[in-house]
Amino acid sequence: MEIKITLPLTKDKVKELKAGDSCLLTGVMYTGRDAAHKRLFDLIKEGKKLPLDIKDSTFYFVGPTPKKEGEAIGSAGPTTSYRMDAYSPALIALGQTGMIGKGKRNDDVIKAMKKYGAVYFGAIGGCGALLSKCIKRSEVVAYEDLGTEAIHRLEVENFPVVVVIDSYGNNLYETGKKAYLESLKEEK
Amino acid sequence: MRELSAEIIANTVKRLCIEANLRLPKDIKACIENSFDTEPWAGAKDILGKIIENYTIAENELKPICQDTGAACVFVKIGQDVHINGNLTDAINEGVRQGYKEGFLRKSIVNDPIERINTGDNTPAMIYYDIVEGDKVEITLAPKGFGSENMSRIKMLKPSDSVEGVIDFVVDTVMKAGSNPCPPIVVGVGIGGTFDKCAYLAKKALLREAQSENPVPYYAELERTLLNKINALGIGPQGFGGKTTALAVNIETMPTHIAGLPVAVNINCHVTRHVKEVI
Repeated sequence: MEIKITLPLTKDKVKELKAGDSCLLTGVMYTGRDAAHKRLFDLIKEGKKLPLDIKDSTFYFVGPTPKKEGEAIGSAGPTTSYRMDAYSPALIALGQTGMIGKGKRNDDVIKAMKKYGAVYFGAIGGCGALLSKCIKRSEVVAYEDLGTEAIHRLEVENFPVVVVIDSYGNNLYETGKKAYLESLKEEK
Repeated sequence: MRELSAEIIANTVKRLCIEANLRLPKDIKACIENSFDTEPWAGAKDILGKIIENYTIAENELKPICQDTGAACVFVKIGQDVHINGNLTDAINEGVRQGYKEGFLRKSIVNDPIERINTGDNTPAMIYYDIVEGDKVEITLAPKGFGSENMSRIKMLKPSDSVEGVIDFVVDTVMKAGSNPCPPIVVGVGIGGTFDKCAYLAKKALLREAQSENPVPYYAELERTLLNKINALGIGPQGFGGKTTALAVNIETMPTHIAGLPVAVNINCHVTRHVKEVI
């Protein structure tokens, strides 16, 4: 059964989520990928103010296709998350509680998630047309010059994700594979 | 000598860019639907169902299957009896420019690997020319996403590593990639040639119909062996566990040097796009 979550993702909600949980997210999240993350990270390093409030925020690693007239957004599936690994710990330290992407994260990110309390969700990669249906509004809030890589504020309804890594460090990429392989042994 | 205007080439490329990004090829669909029927792990089957739902929406609502509408890889076979009126490379890039604009496709190309400023129109295309017999021009458009491209590898094996070394390298590449390239994947393998030719073979292997097999029985058997080994890894769709890690393994080979055994692995996600037209 899916767990319905209303964003922002507060720390008490973070603590309840476990790797493998299927969730439907409703509320506001922000897009960001390589170029936007680098800019945010550089501002943090320089001790400057960020263009948006990071506390309890959820970032969706995505660079959508251009929207047509009448559409809220174009195709919008997750991009591979490890490219954000260099920047995520600094954002988590500032209070970011949710990240949505696909693929592995490194130890530094997982350490920060455990220390400060954050969740890494997976959305289905390569399903941008399907996922776009859950995005009801999209507007650029920072770095418009980056085009698809600009930070967009998204309003989502029942956006489907799976908890891949929880705030305790449990990892579905390890447990899911293990459970499947063990099920084969049992058959034999 | 047949005369062909560059404008026809540009218009064809434009149309193919849009078509490739909205409609998944039949062979890939068939592989995914077959995997959906045979996948034993419930969670994995559920994801495969969502993947089918996604490409159905894309086709019906004319929305790109994936937001990474790729680097425009263009494979051109030019008959030696055709004369193109105009600049062929410019025409292909013009087709990409128009196709990515009119099709509302994402522009994902930066001007320089270090400076990294978006060119704004997805050009330049990644073009391969091949001169062949006849008076036709065959254009294959294969938009290539980079989540999977980034997981690709090449290795110069020693002849003594033999076929076992090839198998180990391919399986290890897929295992290390894990969830990153959006499994289930299509695996293009190049064996032989030189360093550069080998990488090209791996990319070319991704153009071959996913359900076809290498015409050489030995390599067809190797394709089956690799697919079985990869699908025994347990990575599964999206890396959440399951049987369906790869939809197909395609191998392309060519002669090589007495001192070498180059192997390249080009990984593609389940959105393996390719569309061909002969002019």
